[in-house]
Amino acid sequence: MTTILTAGLSLKPQHYDAALACPADGLWFEMHPENYMVDGGPRLAWLETIRARHAISLHGVALSLAADAGPEPRHLARLAELVRRIEPDLVSEHLAWSAWRGAYHPDLLPFPRTSEALARIAGNVSRTQDVLQRRIAVENPSHYLRLDGHAWGEIDFVTELSRRTGCSLLLDVNNVYVGARNLGYSAEDYIDAFPAGLVMEIHLAGHTADPRLGAALLIDSHDAPVAAPVWSLYERLIRRIGPRPTLIERDDNLPDFEALFAERQRAEAVLHTPLARAA
Amino acid sequence: MTTSTSGALGRFQNAFAHALFAPETESAPEVRAFAAQPAFAVYRNTVMKGCIDALQANCPAVTRLVGDEWFRAAAAVYARDNLPRRPSLMLYGASFPEFLERFEPAAGLPYLPGVARLDRLWTEAHAAPNENAVDPGAVARLAPEVLAGIVLRPHAAARWAWFPELPIYTIWSRNRGDNASPADLDWKAEGALLVRPRDTVEWIEIDAAGCAFLDTCAEGGTLSDAAHAALEARSDADLAGLMVTLLGAGAFGSMTADSGSRAVESAQ
Repeated sequence: MTTILTAGLSLKPQHYDAALACPADGLWFEMHPENYMVDGGPRLAWLETIRARHAISLHGVALSLAADAGPEPRHLARLAELVRRIEPDLVSEHLAWSAWRGAYHPDLLPFPRTSEALARIAGNVSRTQDVLQRRIAVENPSHYLRLDGHAWGEIDFVTELSRRTGCSLLLDVNNVYVGARNLGYSAEDYIDAFPAGLVMEIHLAGHTADPRLGAALLIDSHDAPVAAPVWSLYERLIRRIGPRPTLIERDDNLPDFEALFAERQRAEAVLHTPLARAA
Repeated sequence: MTTSTSGALGRFQNAFAHALFAPETESAPEVRAFAAQPAFAVYRNTVMKGCIDALQANCPAVTRLVGDEWFRAAAAVYARDNLPRRPSLMLYGASFPEFLERFEPAAGLPYLPGVARLDRLWTEAHAAPNENAVDPGAVARLAPEVLAGIVLRPHAAARWAWFPELPIYTIWSRNRGDNASPADLDWKAEGALLVRPRDTVEWIEIDAAGCAFLDTCAEGGTLSDAAHAALEARSDADLAGLMVTLLGAGAFGSMTADSGSRAVESAQ
Protein backbone atom coordinates (compact mmCIF):
# COMPACT_ATOMS: atom_id res chain seq x y z
CA MET A 1 0.00 0.00 0.00
CA THR A 2 0.95 3.60 -0.25
CA THR A 3 2.55 5.64 2.48
CA ILE A 4 0.58 8.77 1.55
CA LEU A 5 -2.13 9.52 4.10
CA THR A 6 -2.77 13.12 3.14
CA ALA A 7 -4.96 15.09 0.74
CA GLY A 8 -3.92 16.02 -2.77
CA LEU A 9 -5.11 18.00 -5.77
CA SER A 10 -5.70 17.45 -9.46
CA LEU A 11 -3.04 19.40 -11.32
CA LYS A 12 -3.69 21.23 -14.57
CA PRO A 13 -1.18 23.29 -16.58
CA GLN A 14 -2.84 26.55 -15.48
CA HIS A 15 -1.77 25.81 -11.90
CA TYR A 16 1.78 24.58 -12.47
CA ASP A 17 3.47 27.67 -11.05
CA ALA A 18 1.20 27.94 -8.00
CA ALA A 19 1.60 24.21 -7.34
CA LEU A 20 5.37 24.43 -7.44
CA ALA A 21 5.37 27.41 -5.09
CA CYS A 22 3.00 25.80 -2.55
CA PRO A 23 4.95 24.70 0.51
CA ALA A 24 2.21 22.61 2.20
CA ASP A 25 3.41 19.42 3.87
CA GLY A 26 2.12 16.22 2.37
CA LEU A 27 0.54 17.94 -0.63
CA TRP A 28 0.46 15.55 -3.56
CA PHE A 29 -0.79 15.92 -7.11
CA GLU A 30 -2.73 13.75 -9.51
CA MET A 31 -2.57 13.96 -13.29
CA HIS A 32 -4.06 12.12 -16.23
CA PRO A 33 -1.12 10.26 -17.78
CA GLU A 34 -2.69 10.68 -21.24
CA ASN A 35 -1.79 14.38 -21.05
CA TYR A 36 1.89 13.53 -20.69
CA MET A 37 2.21 10.84 -23.36
CA VAL A 38 4.50 12.93 -25.53
CA ASP A 39 7.98 12.26 -26.88
CA GLY A 40 9.43 15.32 -25.18
CA GLY A 41 8.89 19.00 -24.55
CA PRO A 42 7.79 21.25 -21.74
CA ARG A 43 4.92 19.09 -20.45
CA LEU A 44 7.19 16.23 -19.48
CA ALA A 45 9.72 18.65 -18.06
CA TRP A 46 7.01 20.16 -15.84
CA LEU A 47 5.87 16.77 -14.63
CA GLU A 48 9.41 15.85 -13.69
CA THR A 49 9.87 19.16 -11.87
CA ILE A 50 6.69 18.62 -9.85
CA ARG A 51 7.68 15.00 -9.22
CA ALA A 52 10.98 16.12 -7.73
CA ARG A 53 9.10 17.98 -4.98
CA HIS A 54 5.81 16.15 -4.44
CA ALA A 55 4.26 12.72 -4.39
CA ILE A 56 2.42 11.99 -7.65
CA SER A 57 -0.59 9.91 -8.62
CA LEU A 58 -1.21 8.96 -12.25
CA HIS A 59 -4.94 8.56 -12.83
CA GLY A 60 -5.64 7.08 -16.25
CA VAL A 61 -8.85 7.72 -18.15
CA ALA A 62 -8.23 5.82 -21.38
CA LEU A 63 -7.12 2.25 -20.69
CA SER A 64 -10.67 1.07 -21.36
CA LEU A 65 -10.45 -1.83 -18.92
CA ALA A 66 -14.10 -2.81 -19.39
CA ALA A 67 -13.92 -3.11 -23.19
CA ASP A 68 -14.31 -6.62 -24.59
CA ALA A 69 -10.74 -6.32 -25.88
CA GLY A 70 -7.29 -6.16 -24.37
CA PRO A 71 -5.70 -2.82 -23.46
CA GLU A 72 -4.40 -1.10 -26.61
CA PRO A 73 -0.75 -2.25 -26.67
CA ARG A 74 0.85 1.06 -27.69
CA HIS A 75 -1.16 2.96 -25.10
CA LEU A 76 -0.23 0.49 -22.38
CA ALA A 77 3.43 0.68 -23.42
CA ARG A 78 3.38 4.47 -23.25
CA LEU A 79 1.76 4.31 -19.82
CA ALA A 80 4.45 1.89 -18.67
CA GLU A 81 7.14 4.21 -20.03
CA LEU A 82 5.64 7.15 -18.12
CA VAL A 83 5.34 5.10 -14.93
CA ARG A 84 9.00 4.09 -15.21
CA ARG A 85 10.00 7.67 -15.81
CA ILE A 86 7.92 9.35 -13.09
CA GLU A 87 7.75 6.56 -10.52
CA PRO A 88 4.35 7.70 -9.22
CA ASP A 89 3.20 6.81 -5.74
CA LEU A 90 -0.23 5.77 -7.00
CA VAL A 91 -1.57 4.51 -10.32
CA SER A 92 -5.28 4.15 -10.98
CA GLU A 93 -7.83 3.58 -13.74
CA HIS A 94 -11.58 3.33 -14.17
CA LEU A 95 -14.12 0.53 -14.20
CA ALA A 96 -15.35 1.64 -17.62
CA TRP A 97 -14.61 1.47 -21.33
CA SER A 98 -13.82 4.15 -23.89
CA ALA A 99 -11.81 2.55 -26.70
CA TRP A 100 -13.69 0.28 -29.05
CA ARG A 101 -12.79 -1.03 -32.50
CA GLY A 102 -10.14 1.56 -33.20
CA ALA A 103 -12.11 4.59 -32.04
CA TYR A 104 -11.60 6.36 -28.74
CA HIS A 105 -14.69 7.83 -27.04
CA PRO A 106 -13.53 10.41 -24.50
CA ASP A 107 -15.86 9.33 -21.69
CA LEU A 108 -16.19 6.55 -19.12
CA LEU A 109 -18.84 4.30 -20.62
CA PRO A 110 -20.96 1.77 -18.68
CA PHE A 111 -21.45 -1.98 -19.10
CA PRO A 112 -23.62 -4.72 -17.58
CA ARG A 113 -21.82 -6.31 -14.62
CA THR A 114 -21.86 -9.91 -15.83
CA SER A 115 -19.49 -12.79 -15.13
CA GLU A 116 -18.29 -12.42 -18.71
CA ALA A 117 -17.43 -8.77 -18.09
CA LEU A 118 -15.73 -9.65 -14.81
CA ALA A 119 -13.52 -12.24 -16.49
CA ARG A 120 -12.59 -9.83 -19.27
CA ILE A 121 -11.87 -6.92 -16.89
CA ALA A 122 -9.87 -9.15 -14.55
CA GLY A 123 -7.75 -10.21 -17.52
CA ASN A 124 -7.25 -6.58 -18.53
CA VAL A 125 -6.33 -5.48 -15.01
CA SER A 126 -3.86 -8.37 -14.67
CA ARG A 127 -2.32 -7.56 -18.05
CA THR A 128 -1.97 -3.91 -17.02
CA GLN A 129 -0.40 -4.78 -13.67
CA ASP A 130 2.01 -7.19 -15.39
CA VAL A 131 3.16 -4.56 -17.87
CA LEU A 132 3.37 -1.77 -15.29
CA GLN A 133 4.91 -4.17 -12.78
CA ARG A 134 2.78 -2.72 -10.01
CA ARG A 135 -0.62 -2.85 -8.42
CA ILE A 136 -3.23 -0.42 -9.71
CA ALA A 137 -6.39 0.92 -8.10
CA VAL A 138 -9.68 0.64 -10.00
CA GLU A 139 -12.32 3.34 -9.55
CA ASN A 140 -16.06 2.85 -9.10
CA PRO A 141 -17.98 4.62 -11.91
CA SER A 142 -20.74 7.21 -11.88
CA HIS A 143 -24.10 5.89 -13.01
CA TYR A 144 -26.73 7.58 -15.14
CA LEU A 145 -28.53 4.74 -16.91
CA ARG A 146 -30.59 1.82 -15.77
CA LEU A 147 -28.91 -1.05 -17.59
CA ASP A 148 -30.51 -4.44 -18.00
CA GLY A 149 -28.48 -7.51 -17.34
CA HIS A 150 -26.47 -6.73 -14.21
CA ALA A 151 -25.69 -10.11 -12.65
CA TRP A 152 -23.47 -8.68 -9.92
CA GLY A 153 -23.88 -5.88 -7.43
CA GLU A 154 -21.13 -3.32 -7.86
CA ILE A 155 -19.44 -3.87 -4.51
CA ASP A 156 -19.38 -7.64 -4.97
CA PHE A 157 -18.07 -7.11 -8.49
CA VAL A 158 -15.11 -4.91 -7.49
CA THR A 159 -14.34 -7.07 -4.46
CA GLU A 160 -14.16 -10.15 -6.69
CA LEU A 161 -12.09 -8.18 -9.23
CA SER A 162 -9.60 -7.39 -6.47
CA ARG A 163 -9.57 -11.02 -5.29
CA ARG A 164 -8.77 -12.27 -8.80
CA THR A 165 -6.16 -9.67 -9.73
CA GLY A 166 -4.78 -8.27 -6.50
CA CYS A 167 -5.77 -4.77 -7.60
CA SER A 168 -6.88 -2.25 -5.02
CA LEU A 169 -9.81 0.14 -5.28
CA LEU A 170 -10.26 3.84 -5.70
CA LEU A 171 -13.47 4.93 -4.01
CA ASP A 172 -14.93 8.04 -5.63
CA VAL A 173 -17.43 9.34 -3.09
CA ASN A 174 -18.98 11.80 -5.53
CA ASN A 175 -19.59 8.97 -8.01
CA VAL A 176 -21.37 7.06 -5.26
CA TYR A 177 -23.54 10.08 -4.46
CA VAL A 178 -24.34 10.84 -8.12
CA GLY A 179 -25.15 7.20 -8.91
CA ALA A 180 -27.28 6.80 -5.79
CA ARG A 181 -29.29 9.91 -6.61
CA ASN A 182 -29.70 9.02 -10.29
CA LEU A 183 -30.61 5.35 -9.80
CA GLY A 184 -32.29 5.57 -6.40
CA TYR A 185 -30.11 3.55 -4.06
CA SER A 186 -28.65 4.53 -0.70
CA ALA A 187 -25.26 6.25 -0.89
CA GLU A 188 -24.80 5.68 2.86
CA ASP A 189 -25.34 1.93 2.51
CA TYR A 190 -22.87 1.80 -0.37
CA ILE A 191 -20.22 3.75 1.56
CA ASP A 192 -20.78 1.57 4.63
CA ALA A 193 -20.46 -1.67 2.67
CA PHE A 194 -17.40 -0.78 0.62
CA PRO A 195 -14.47 -3.06 1.59
CA ALA A 196 -12.26 -0.87 3.79
CA GLY A 197 -9.11 -2.90 3.35
CA LEU A 198 -9.11 -2.49 -0.43
CA VAL A 199 -9.39 1.32 -0.55
CA MET A 200 -6.06 2.70 -1.76
CA GLU A 201 -7.33 6.17 -2.65
CA ILE A 202 -10.44 8.34 -2.31
CA HIS A 203 -11.77 10.91 -4.78
CA LEU A 204 -13.93 13.91 -3.95
CA ALA A 205 -15.34 16.02 -6.78
CA GLY A 206 -18.16 18.36 -7.67
CA HIS A 207 -21.24 17.55 -9.71
CA THR A 208 -23.92 19.57 -11.46
CA ALA A 209 -27.61 19.12 -12.14
CA ASP A 210 -28.55 18.35 -15.74
CA PRO A 211 -29.55 21.59 -17.50
CA ARG A 212 -32.81 20.04 -18.75
CA LEU A 213 -33.77 17.54 -16.07
CA GLY A 214 -32.46 19.40 -13.03
CA ALA A 215 -31.84 17.49 -9.81
CA ALA A 216 -33.43 14.34 -11.29
CA LEU A 217 -30.17 13.79 -13.16
CA LEU A 218 -26.86 14.69 -11.52
CA ILE A 219 -23.79 14.79 -13.72
CA ASP A 220 -20.32 13.93 -12.44
CA SER A 221 -18.91 17.04 -14.09
CA HIS A 222 -15.78 17.78 -12.02
CA ASP A 223 -16.45 21.46 -12.63
CA ALA A 224 -17.68 22.63 -9.23
CA PRO A 225 -16.63 22.51 -5.56
CA VAL A 226 -17.31 19.30 -3.63
CA ALA A 227 -20.97 19.36 -2.51
CA ALA A 228 -22.10 19.27 1.14
CA PRO A 229 -23.66 15.76 1.04
CA VAL A 230 -20.47 14.39 -0.50
CA TRP A 231 -18.44 15.89 2.36
CA SER A 232 -20.82 14.19 4.81
CA LEU A 233 -20.36 10.82 3.10
CA TYR A 234 -16.61 11.34 3.13
CA GLU A 235 -16.56 12.08 6.87
CA ARG A 236 -18.68 8.99 7.44
CA LEU A 237 -16.25 6.90 5.39
CA ILE A 238 -13.11 8.18 7.11
CA ARG A 239 -14.63 7.60 10.55
CA ARG A 240 -15.06 3.96 9.55
CA ILE A 241 -11.92 3.16 7.56
CA GLY A 242 -9.34 5.67 8.80
CA PRO A 243 -7.22 8.05 6.73
CA ARG A 244 -6.53 7.28 3.05
CA PRO A 245 -4.98 9.46 0.36
CA THR A 246 -7.81 11.77 -0.72
CA LEU A 247 -7.96 13.78 -3.90
CA ILE A 248 -9.88 16.95 -4.63
CA GLU A 249 -10.62 16.26 -8.27
CA ARG A 250 -11.28 19.16 -10.59
CA ASP A 251 -11.06 18.99 -14.37
CA ASP A 252 -13.16 21.85 -15.69
CA ASN A 253 -14.23 25.41 -14.84
CA LEU A 254 -10.98 25.71 -12.88
CA PRO A 255 -10.94 28.20 -10.01
CA ASP A 256 -7.68 29.72 -8.81
CA PHE A 257 -5.26 27.46 -7.01
CA GLU A 258 -6.10 28.95 -3.59
CA ALA A 259 -9.76 27.92 -3.90
CA LEU A 260 -8.79 24.33 -4.68
CA PHE A 261 -6.21 24.36 -1.93
CA ALA A 262 -8.89 25.43 0.58
CA GLU A 263 -10.92 22.33 -0.36
CA ARG A 264 -7.79 20.25 0.03
CA GLN A 265 -7.29 21.69 3.52
CA ARG A 266 -10.84 20.73 4.43
CA ALA A 267 -10.17 17.10 3.41
CA GLU A 268 -6.89 17.25 5.31
CA ALA A 269 -8.79 18.34 8.43
CA VAL A 270 -11.16 15.38 8.09
CA LEU A 271 -8.22 13.00 7.70
CA HIS A 272 -6.62 14.34 10.87
CA THR A 273 -9.63 14.30 13.17
CA PRO A 274 -9.06 12.04 16.17
CA LEU A 275 -11.96 9.87 15.00
CA ALA A 276 -10.14 8.97 11.78
CA ARG A 277 -8.41 5.85 12.98
CA ALA A 278 -6.92 3.15 10.84
CA ALA A 279 -9.40 0.35 10.39
CA MET B 1 -11.73 -17.95 -13.68
CA THR B 2 -14.54 -18.52 -16.15
CA THR B 3 -14.15 -17.40 -19.71
CA SER B 4 -17.30 -16.65 -21.60
CA THR B 5 -17.46 -17.08 -25.32
CA SER B 6 -20.90 -15.58 -25.75
CA GLY B 7 -19.54 -12.16 -26.69
CA ALA B 8 -22.44 -10.36 -25.02
CA LEU B 9 -20.08 -7.66 -23.75
CA GLY B 10 -18.75 -7.01 -27.24
CA ARG B 11 -22.25 -6.88 -28.70
CA PHE B 12 -23.26 -4.42 -26.01
CA GLN B 13 -20.28 -2.23 -26.86
CA ASN B 14 -20.99 -2.35 -30.61
CA ALA B 15 -24.55 -1.22 -29.95
CA PHE B 16 -23.62 1.43 -27.41
CA ALA B 17 -20.89 2.96 -29.58
CA HIS B 18 -23.32 3.04 -32.51
CA ALA B 19 -26.05 4.66 -30.43
CA LEU B 20 -23.72 7.47 -29.29
CA PHE B 21 -23.85 8.98 -32.77
CA ALA B 22 -27.05 7.54 -34.19
CA PRO B 23 -30.25 9.57 -34.35
CA GLU B 24 -32.37 8.72 -31.30
CA THR B 25 -34.95 7.03 -33.50
CA GLU B 26 -32.44 4.74 -35.17
CA SER B 27 -30.77 3.10 -32.18
CA ALA B 28 -30.04 -0.61 -32.44
CA PRO B 29 -32.60 -2.84 -30.69
CA GLU B 30 -30.09 -3.89 -28.01
CA VAL B 31 -29.68 -0.31 -26.85
CA ARG B 32 -33.21 0.99 -27.27
CA ALA B 33 -33.99 0.21 -23.63
CA PHE B 34 -31.43 2.66 -22.35
CA ALA B 35 -30.84 4.94 -25.36
CA ALA B 36 -34.41 6.09 -24.86
CA GLN B 37 -33.60 7.15 -21.29
CA PRO B 38 -32.93 10.90 -21.06
CA ALA B 39 -29.70 10.10 -19.18
CA PHE B 40 -28.21 8.58 -22.33
CA ALA B 41 -27.68 12.15 -23.51
CA VAL B 42 -25.03 12.51 -20.81
CA TYR B 43 -22.82 10.06 -22.70
CA ARG B 44 -23.58 11.58 -26.09
CA ASN B 45 -22.75 15.03 -24.75
CA THR B 46 -19.64 14.02 -22.83
CA VAL B 47 -18.08 12.16 -25.76
CA MET B 48 -18.76 15.09 -28.07
CA LYS B 49 -17.55 17.67 -25.54
CA GLY B 50 -14.34 15.69 -25.01
CA CYS B 51 -13.59 15.74 -28.74
CA ILE B 52 -14.52 19.40 -29.19
CA ASP B 53 -12.55 20.56 -26.13
CA ALA B 54 -9.47 18.67 -27.30
CA LEU B 55 -9.69 20.08 -30.82
CA GLN B 56 -10.25 23.60 -29.53
CA ALA B 57 -7.26 23.33 -27.20
CA ASN B 58 -5.17 22.44 -30.25
CA CYS B 59 -6.53 25.27 -32.43
CA PRO B 60 -6.25 28.56 -30.51
CA ALA B 61 -5.60 30.74 -33.57
CA VAL B 62 -8.49 29.26 -35.55
CA THR B 63 -10.75 29.74 -32.52
CA ARG B 64 -9.69 33.34 -32.14
CA LEU B 65 -10.44 34.04 -35.79
CA VAL B 66 -13.90 32.46 -35.91
CA GLY B 67 -15.05 32.69 -32.29
CA ASP B 68 -16.02 30.00 -29.81
CA GLU B 69 -19.48 29.29 -31.13
CA TRP B 70 -18.47 28.87 -34.79
CA PHE B 71 -15.44 26.79 -33.85
CA ARG B 72 -17.36 24.41 -31.61
CA ALA B 73 -20.08 23.92 -34.22
CA ALA B 74 -17.45 23.09 -36.85
CA ALA B 75 -15.59 20.83 -34.42
CA ALA B 76 -18.79 18.88 -33.72
CA VAL B 77 -19.22 18.19 -37.44
CA TYR B 78 -15.57 17.13 -37.66
CA ALA B 79 -15.69 14.90 -34.55
CA ARG B 80 -18.75 13.03 -35.73
CA ASP B 81 -16.80 11.59 -38.68
CA ASN B 82 -13.33 11.70 -37.15
CA LEU B 83 -13.39 10.19 -33.68
CA PRO B 84 -9.98 10.12 -32.00
CA ARG B 85 -7.97 7.06 -32.99
CA ARG B 86 -5.65 7.32 -30.02
CA PRO B 87 -6.48 7.50 -26.32
CA SER B 88 -4.29 10.56 -25.83
CA LEU B 89 -6.09 13.60 -27.21
CA MET B 90 -3.10 15.90 -27.28
CA LEU B 91 -2.49 15.21 -30.96
CA TYR B 92 -6.17 14.95 -31.93
CA GLY B 93 -7.22 16.70 -35.12
CA ALA B 94 -4.48 15.86 -37.63
CA SER B 95 -6.98 16.02 -40.51
CA PHE B 96 -8.83 19.13 -39.30
CA PRO B 97 -7.04 21.50 -41.78
CA GLU B 98 -8.13 19.30 -44.71
CA PHE B 99 -11.62 19.12 -43.24
CA LEU B 100 -11.80 22.94 -43.21
CA GLU B 101 -10.83 23.05 -46.90
CA ARG B 102 -13.98 21.11 -47.72
CA PHE B 103 -16.21 22.65 -45.02
CA GLU B 104 -18.84 24.69 -46.82
CA PRO B 105 -19.38 27.32 -44.06
CA ALA B 106 -15.64 28.10 -44.18
CA ALA B 107 -15.66 28.80 -47.92
CA GLY B 108 -15.50 32.55 -47.33
CA LEU B 109 -12.43 32.22 -45.08
CA PRO B 110 -9.77 30.91 -47.50
CA TYR B 111 -6.98 31.43 -44.95
CA LEU B 112 -8.60 29.21 -42.30
CA PRO B 113 -7.17 25.81 -43.39
CA GLY B 114 -3.67 27.30 -43.47
CA VAL B 115 -4.07 28.81 -40.02
CA ALA B 116 -5.33 25.42 -38.78
CA ARG B 117 -2.26 23.82 -40.32
CA LEU B 118 0.05 26.14 -38.36
CA ASP B 119 -1.90 25.45 -35.16
CA ARG B 120 -1.30 21.77 -35.92
CA LEU B 121 2.42 22.26 -36.54
CA TRP B 122 2.66 24.11 -33.21
CA THR B 123 1.08 21.12 -31.44
CA GLU B 124 3.52 18.73 -33.13
CA ALA B 125 6.51 20.92 -32.28
CA HIS B 126 5.36 21.20 -28.67
CA ALA B 127 5.18 17.41 -28.20
CA ALA B 128 8.24 16.45 -30.24
CA PRO B 129 11.29 14.72 -28.70
CA ASN B 130 13.89 16.84 -26.93
CA GLU B 131 17.04 17.43 -28.91
CA ASN B 132 19.93 19.88 -28.81
CA ALA B 133 20.04 22.14 -31.84
CA VAL B 134 23.17 22.19 -33.99
CA ASP B 135 25.49 24.96 -32.82
CA PRO B 136 25.82 27.58 -35.59
CA GLY B 137 29.47 28.00 -34.62
CA ALA B 138 30.18 24.35 -35.45
CA VAL B 139 29.02 24.93 -39.01
CA ALA B 140 30.91 28.20 -39.30
CA ARG B 141 34.14 26.46 -38.33
CA LEU B 142 33.94 23.93 -41.18
CA ALA B 143 36.37 24.26 -44.08
CA PRO B 144 34.59 25.47 -47.24
CA GLU B 145 35.41 22.22 -49.12
CA VAL B 146 33.72 20.19 -46.36
CA LEU B 147 30.70 22.45 -46.05
CA ALA B 148 29.04 21.60 -49.39
CA GLY B 149 28.94 17.90 -48.52
CA ILE B 150 27.48 18.00 -45.05
CA VAL B 151 23.94 16.84 -44.30
CA LEU B 152 21.93 18.91 -41.85
CA ARG B 153 18.99 16.97 -40.43
CA PRO B 154 16.07 19.14 -39.33
CA HIS B 155 15.53 19.31 -35.56
CA ALA B 156 12.98 16.80 -34.20
CA ALA B 157 10.66 19.70 -33.29
CA ALA B 158 11.17 21.79 -36.45
CA ARG B 159 8.09 22.21 -38.65
CA TRP B 160 7.70 24.45 -41.65
CA ALA B 161 5.15 25.23 -44.35
CA TRP B 162 4.98 27.40 -47.47
CA PHE B 163 1.74 29.15 -48.34
CA PRO B 164 2.01 30.29 -51.95
CA GLU B 165 -1.16 32.37 -52.05
CA LEU B 166 -1.96 33.95 -48.73
CA PRO B 167 -0.17 35.64 -45.79
CA ILE B 168 -1.00 32.72 -43.51
CA TYR B 169 2.02 33.23 -41.28
CA THR B 170 1.08 36.82 -40.48
CA ILE B 171 -2.59 35.95 -39.87
CA TRP B 172 -1.66 32.99 -37.67
CA SER B 173 1.03 34.74 -35.62
CA ARG B 174 -1.25 37.72 -34.98
CA ASN B 175 -3.86 35.36 -33.58
CA ARG B 176 -1.53 33.28 -31.50
CA GLY B 177 -0.53 34.82 -28.20
CA ASP B 178 -1.25 38.38 -27.14
CA ASN B 179 0.47 40.25 -29.91
CA ALA B 180 -2.47 40.95 -32.18
CA SER B 181 -1.50 43.84 -34.39
CA PRO B 182 -4.01 46.09 -36.14
CA ALA B 183 -1.57 46.76 -38.98
CA ASP B 184 -2.81 46.19 -42.52
CA LEU B 185 -2.18 42.82 -44.09
CA ASP B 186 0.11 42.56 -47.08
CA TRP B 187 -1.64 39.90 -49.18
CA LYS B 188 1.42 37.93 -50.28
CA ALA B 189 2.83 34.43 -50.16
CA GLU B 190 4.50 33.49 -46.87
CA GLY B 191 6.30 30.62 -45.20
CA ALA B 192 6.54 29.71 -41.54
CA LEU B 193 9.14 27.89 -39.47
CA LEU B 194 8.29 26.63 -35.99
CA VAL B 195 11.09 25.42 -33.75
CA ARG B 196 11.51 24.32 -30.16
CA PRO B 197 15.26 24.39 -29.52
CA ARG B 198 14.55 24.44 -25.76
CA ASP B 199 11.25 24.40 -23.84
CA THR B 200 9.26 26.93 -25.81
CA VAL B 201 7.87 26.74 -29.32
CA GLU B 202 9.13 29.74 -31.33
CA TRP B 203 8.31 30.82 -34.87
CA ILE B 204 9.73 32.98 -37.63
CA GLU B 205 8.72 33.82 -41.15
CA ILE B 206 10.78 32.17 -43.88
CA ASP B 207 10.56 32.49 -47.63
CA ALA B 208 10.13 29.95 -50.43
CA ALA B 209 13.91 29.44 -50.54
CA GLY B 210 13.98 28.59 -46.82
CA CYS B 211 11.16 26.07 -47.16
CA ALA B 212 12.81 24.42 -50.19
CA PHE B 213 16.12 24.30 -48.32
CA LEU B 214 14.49 22.57 -45.33
CA ASP B 215 12.52 20.17 -47.55
CA THR B 216 15.78 19.02 -49.14
CA CYS B 217 17.49 18.66 -45.75
CA ALA B 218 14.54 16.55 -44.55
CA GLU B 219 15.00 14.26 -47.56
CA GLY B 220 18.64 13.73 -46.56
CA GLY B 221 20.15 16.01 -49.22
CA THR B 222 23.54 17.65 -48.75
CA LEU B 223 24.01 21.32 -48.08
CA SER B 224 24.86 21.69 -51.76
CA ASP B 225 21.59 19.99 -52.77
CA ALA B 226 19.65 22.18 -50.36
CA ALA B 227 21.30 25.32 -51.72
CA HIS B 228 20.35 24.36 -55.27
CA ALA B 229 16.75 23.73 -54.22
CA ALA B 230 16.65 27.13 -52.49
CA LEU B 231 17.92 28.89 -55.62
CA GLU B 232 15.41 27.01 -57.73
CA ALA B 233 12.60 28.22 -55.49
CA ARG B 234 13.93 31.75 -55.54
CA SER B 235 16.74 32.75 -57.88
CA ASP B 236 17.71 35.78 -55.76
CA ALA B 237 17.90 33.75 -52.53
CA ASP B 238 20.50 34.98 -50.02
CA LEU B 239 22.02 31.62 -49.11
CA ALA B 240 24.40 32.90 -46.44
CA GLY B 241 21.62 34.88 -44.79
CA LEU B 242 19.32 31.88 -45.00
CA MET B 243 21.86 29.63 -43.25
CA VAL B 244 22.34 32.19 -40.49
CA THR B 245 18.58 32.45 -39.99
CA LEU B 246 17.92 28.69 -39.93
CA LEU B 247 20.91 27.79 -37.75
CA GLY B 248 20.19 30.71 -35.42
CA ALA B 249 16.58 29.55 -35.01
CA GLY B 250 17.70 26.06 -34.04
CA ALA B 251 16.20 24.37 -37.07
CA PHE B 252 18.70 21.51 -37.21
CA GLY B 253 19.22 18.57 -34.91
CA SER B 254 22.37 17.00 -36.33
CA MET B 255 25.13 17.55 -38.84
CA THR B 256 26.83 14.64 -40.58
CA ALA B 257 29.20 14.12 -43.47
CA ASP B 258 27.76 13.16 -46.86
CA SER B 259 28.08 9.44 -46.17
CA GLY B 260 25.61 9.93 -43.35
CA SER B 261 27.76 7.88 -41.03
CA ARG B 262 30.40 10.29 -39.79
CA ALA B 263 29.35 12.94 -37.30
CA VAL B 264 31.14 16.10 -38.37
CA GLU B 265 30.19 17.99 -35.24
CA SER B 266 31.65 15.47 -32.85
CA ALA B 267 34.86 15.43 -34.88
CA GLN B 268 35.48 19.12 -34.12
